[in-house]
Amino acid sequence: METPVWRRQLSRFCFKGISQVKQLRPAKLTFIPRLGPPLTIALLTLPVLAGLIGTLLPAFGYLPALGGNKFSLQPFVILFAEPGIFRSMLLSLVTGLAASMLALLTVMVFLSAASQKLLWRISTLMSPLLAVPHAAAAFGLAFLIVPTGLIARIISPELTGWQSPPDILIVNDPMGFTLTAGLIAKELPFLLLIALAALPQVPVRRSRQINASLGYGQMLGFILTVWPGLYRQMRLGVFAVIAFSTSVVDMAIVLGPQTPATLSVRLMQWMNDPDLNLRFVAAAGALMQLAVTLVAFLSWFALEKLGATIRNFVAENGLRFGSDKIARSFAVGLIILPVMVLFSGLFTLALWSIAGLWQFPDAWPAGLTLQGWQQALPRMVTPLANTFQLGISASLFASLLAILCLMREEETRQKNSSFQSYSLTIIYLPLLVPQAAFLFGLQFMFISLQLDGMFLSLLFTHLVFVTPYVFLSLSDPWRAMDKRFLSVSAALGKSPWQSFFHVRGPMLLRAILSAIALGFAVSAAQYLATVLIGAGRLTTITTEAVALSSGGNRRIIGVYAMIQLLLPVLAFAIASLVPTYFWRNRRGLSG
Amino acid sequence: MISNGLHLKKIQISLHGRQLIDIDQLIAPGEILTVMGPSGSGKSSLFAFLAGFIDPAFVAAGAVLVDGVDVTQLPAHQRQLGLLFQDPLLFPHMDVAGNLLFALPPSIKGKTTRLDLVNAALKEAGLDGFAKRDPDTLSGGQKARVALMRTLLSQPKALLLDEPFSKLDADLRAQMRELVFETAKRLKLPIVLVTHDEADAMAANGTIVRLSL
Repeated sequence: METPVWRRQLSRFCFKGISQVKQLRPAKLTFIPRLGPPLTIALLTLPVLAGLIGTLLPAFGYLPALGGNKFSLQPFVILFAEPGIFRSMLLSLVTGLAASMLALLTVMVFLSAASQKLLWRISTLMSPLLAVPHAAAAFGLAFLIVPTGLIARIISPELTGWQSPPDILIVNDPMGFTLTAGLIAKELPFLLLIALAALPQVPVRRSRQINASLGYGQMLGFILTVWPGLYRQMRLGVFAVIAFSTSVVDMAIVLGPQTPATLSVRLMQWMNDPDLNLRFVAAAGALMQLAVTLVAFLSWFALEKLGATIRNFVAENGLRFGSDKIARSFAVGLIILPVMVLFSGLFTLALWSIAGLWQFPDAWPAGLTLQGWQQALPRMVTPLANTFQLGISASLFASLLAILCLMREEETRQKNSSFQSYSLTIIYLPLLVPQAAFLFGLQFMFISLQLDGMFLSLLFTHLVFVTPYVFLSLSDPWRAMDKRFLSVSAALGKSPWQSFFHVRGPMLLRAILSAIALGFAVSAAQYLATVLIGAGRLTTITTEAVALSSGGNRRIIGVYAMIQLLLPVLAFAIASLVPTYFWRNRRGLSG
Repeated sequence: MISNGLHLKKIQISLHGRQLIDIDQLIAPGEILTVMGPSGSGKSSLFAFLAGFIDPAFVAAGAVLVDGVDVTQLPAHQRQLGLLFQDPLLFPHMDVAGNLLFALPPSIKGKTTRLDLVNAALKEAGLDGFAKRDPDTLSGGQKARVALMRTLLSQPKALLLDEPFSKLDADLRAQMRELVFETAKRLKLPIVLVTHDEADAMAANGTIVRLSL
């Protein structure tokens, strides 16, 4: 048999044979990825620690820059003498806990009732909602339900008889109901998405079959057998939601009670007060914010125990709840409601941004005009440029760190689960400590180093919040990729870096761009970090939008909120269109 | 003394103190060593050890010699061992020609030279005119042949096959088996074939090592 032609030709070029093997050095890839984990760990832990120290010292009266040279309890004495301070703390605790619990219960009930097909459909609806900035969601909800809002206009005067808006406090209600509702609507998509991400790791289908054969209804069976395992997987995310909800600032400014406001909002006010002595009070307050969130965590542990007890009671008594058809449709409706509220809120914002004269109780503006946009856009240039610069640099840098960490993880082949959960806790750390508690301290640090209001300081601070999301978004597709493609690539003589640029990178293009888009959205939505570290000199669309909320010009607010909303939409659109364009003739990579 | 072929020299692999593999074999050019055993018997860890991907959890001793040169300490991409898995694993983002060009060693310079080689290889595989095709649109048999050509174009010194035929239909399986074995014989490539299919072992017609649990 003759040697085929290509092989003969090939042999002329016979490349360096293995006999020269001594010149070949072991792979050198390992150096750069080695930097990934320590850099990331430093980036995620140091600002939190520095911030906590920066909060702790002035809280006990020590801040030489402002004349505090010795430790004292004076700041706390002043803090506790502030009117309504305990009510503020209680409001933070209760609204945050209630919102987290109700959102989680809604997710649980919905998952127990939904069919696979519905789950998939809802998850495609939820992803864009996750990217809606808190402030925009808050404005949307506000514009929908205030006495002069869209709902009141639609049902007036026919149902209510109102010719002029009633004098009732719906938004900013003193009990914080509206704030709680806003938090639920915004946290629901996050919780649902992390639940859906964890779902493949629990045996849903088999459990369903066994439960059904034992006569359990679908819902109760799910809650008793599947949910506990699922909840364990998503627990860190739940705690992040609690930490966020008990310390949220932007949403609380727009929707929350005002006299008194929640603790986090009052911290902001003290921090921005011209009277510098109030900074000590703010620091003491930030420490109390930490305490509030800790109490919320402890209460949550108790609630977990209570939930388990109820579950065991039901399970041991053999209740079946076999016919749950009506309950199932109710449960599905339960999740549609907040989704609809969010979407209608966003629609209201869009309408206001182009509304001309719009008198109460007309359900539709008398005319549509671009005046609001014309007025607002020229003022937006600088904040918009800042938003883009911050968002792009933060998301790119965070993706680089995430990729290096994931490379390193594979190199060391840490399959050990305790290692993974340990690294996951570090990734979640900035999301588990209430922002207010360490950002104030971080601001003190930056001020004393005269680094506040600088782009790099703000970028660094954004990275603390952007990196976890980018990492969490990228790690699943990264780990899920069939490693044999890389084995094949290596066997073809490609170095690990070549394999990354020619095989893994292109194959994961969609996942990497989505992670970058999510990072951009997170950066663009940062409120507290931008206000504090930007020191008012670096403004973004989000800080400007929230600053406008007290002014009350709905058209301008509508425009800002629309832009706020369009930014992540734009990022995700690019992230989805670019790979679709590149791989338009590649069936194996579509979708 | 330098012996041509693939030498698995006193290779012992154990996991958590349990010995899985104890093998000492010389595979001459064009010959096939078939390694058989149930799942969990250590087939895959032997494969990973040879290819250079073994998990550090395994304790491995012994050496892999290619044409007399010890490659045990070399990273996977410098071993010049061609791999074929049960899936063709064509890179989905490249067209068929792209997959093959990617495999050609960089020492072969010139765009037209490289393309000519790729087209000649495609012709040899009966896939003339498939250069611009999306690999995902190929049939199972076509994909398998592209995968084989891709491996051969990278100029391996030996082939490692991990259940390479198990996902093909029965008649296609026989064809592919014949193609792979016949090509390897012609090119004087030693082969390690890891399989649980007795028919593979029969067709290989070489030494068979049976692993047990």
